[in-house]
Amino acid sequence: MVKCTGKSVLKGIAVGRLYVYRKKEFTLVKTHVDDVEGELKRFDLAVNEAERQLETLYQEALESVGEAEAKIFEVHGMMLEDEGYLEDIKDIIKNNCNAEYAVKEVGDNYSQMFAAMDNEYMRARSVDILDISNKVINILAGVGDDSIKSDEPVILLADDLTPSETISMDKDKVLAFVTIHGSANSHTAILARSLNLPSLVGTDVALLDEYHGQMAIVDGFQEELIINPLDDVLKELTERREAWISETESLRKLIGQDNVTTDGRKINVYCNIGGVEDVGRVLESDGGGIGLFRSEFLYLGRDSAPTEEEQFESYKAVLEKMNGKKVIIRTLDIGADKKADYLGLDPEENPALGYRAIRICLNQPDIFRTQLRAIYRASAYGTAAIMFPMIISVEEIRKIKGIVEEVKRELASEDIPMGDVELGIMIETPAAAVISDELAKEVEFFSIGTNDLTQYTLAIDRQNQKLESICDTHHPAILKLIQMTIENGHKENAWVGICGELASDTSLTKTFVDMGVDELSVSPTYVLGLRKAIREI
Amino acid sequence: MKSFQYTITDELGIHARPAGLLVKLAGGYQSDIVIVKDGKEANAKRIMALMGLSATKGTEITIKVDGPDEEDAAKAVEDFLKANL
Repeated sequence: MVKCTGKSVLKGIAVGRLYVYRKKEFTLVKTHVDDVEGELKRFDLAVNEAERQLETLYQEALESVGEAEAKIFEVHGMMLEDEGYLEDIKDIIKNNCNAEYAVKEVGDNYSQMFAAMDNEYMRARSVDILDISNKVINILAGVGDDSIKSDEPVILLADDLTPSETISMDKDKVLAFVTIHGSANSHTAILARSLNLPSLVGTDVALLDEYHGQMAIVDGFQEELIINPLDDVLKELTERREAWISETESLRKLIGQDNVTTDGRKINVYCNIGGVEDVGRVLESDGGGIGLFRSEFLYLGRDSAPTEEEQFESYKAVLEKMNGKKVIIRTLDIGADKKADYLGLDPEENPALGYRAIRICLNQPDIFRTQLRAIYRASAYGTAAIMFPMIISVEEIRKIKGIVEEVKRELASEDIPMGDVELGIMIETPAAAVISDELAKEVEFFSIGTNDLTQYTLAIDRQNQKLESICDTHHPAILKLIQMTIENGHKENAWVGICGELASDTSLTKTFVDMGVDELSVSPTYVLGLRKAIREI
Repeated sequence: MKSFQYTITDELGIHARPAGLLVKLAGGYQSDIVIVKDGKEANAKRIMALMGLSATKGTEITIKVDGPDEEDAAKAVEDFLKANL
């Protein structure tokens, strides 16, 4: 049994025989061509044929994985029409060089240019150039048919796969892709995800002939490829695969369905995100909105506070991608335990109870104003809402609202368009839960942060492993505080959501729904599972 | 000749998809459309050159449009950049 680790592109399991996929290799040598005109003509014909093949791939991809992912083949088509690229190749042919070699030379040059870029996305594009160049070379050299020669579906092990290799493979014959190179950003990874194939990229495995035909397991949860598994491992993973398949199938049927109980109560299921890069997963898993956009990531790991412009762009990007669905942005929530030296936070004995979150914002209003201006400016591009963390008093909310009004007046005087922005607070201190009847009069919504609420209510540090056994997240005190918060919110027409870890705990979903919760915000992975739990109530 | 500046705000910069769309758009005008980044020029009608600029988020680019329909072309490119990049 051999275990290799890689980067998982989809959490799933595949069990089957390995198929070692090698690209058709042929020796590509430079030869002297006398008939330059004929060679140029041969090249033009090959380009036309490659364009025709790309058109077919585009249509195939359109049907199997949808327009967004099919687009890459249209882009490949444009690359192939790029005059600079074609002229460079023709120039080499005109020096009496064979077309195959000229294409390879230019393709390698362009590919290296992209590979040297300092941007990960652009580096990944070097594969696209090689893909179109190889396509032309294969046509010129009369090489074709890379199809999988196997009667049963296989786990395909390859050095790297180009998008056209991935899409043109017979999907009924592939259980998973495992590549030695490739990034989670590559089109192969994206295609594997949309085909629902558990796959690994950047895998620490050798492309050995002896692996061909051996039993193997791709475990996307553990990010492992297991070659020649022991019987008990094989048995266990096969069972887990079956469970995973029936689970995914039943969950995927729920895409587009309502989060509605059998007696007709509708609950909003939103997602927690850290930045614009998470929005794709929200949309894939059919999240109804963003219930918690942690704005901290904008502030961490840097030497100075993010500018209004930077923040505006980030918020705007998320709002636009969510296309009108609600996006609740939580204002800065950091304290002395986080690295943001420019805030000048002194080390503290007990940062969880210290100078953090809204306490910083109200004491250093410049930072707060910058964030509020950025959010209000972005609010014109979608449905934005703001929530404030670590609230303990009515006084704090009034101060916040005073600053918010000033910021709005300022923006209005600059003729900057703004949308309607709901204002709410996090209920994550026992104090806030206990006076939620008073707080509800001041805001439009509550979002209960169960992680902090648990730690503050039980006086248990979440990070302390020794206390794990007594840290009862279902403690009646917490459930009572949640119930009280929901009731008090509703008395004042404020809606109430839960955005902590408890929101995704399906053993509590019925309890929360019975308490009257309006919204649950979870990691995108849990949206469909939660929908299932709600629909079973 | 018309010329204007623009700062890329897209997270990925001028990547494949918008580059492809820009090439299509630019191809519809007679004018020469050139994108300049740090002195490096790229013909907006050529996708590889555009992507080769490696214009990432925050990069300031200059757009130069020269030709009989430069007025319309510059307007179209500017609108496109604002909407897509």
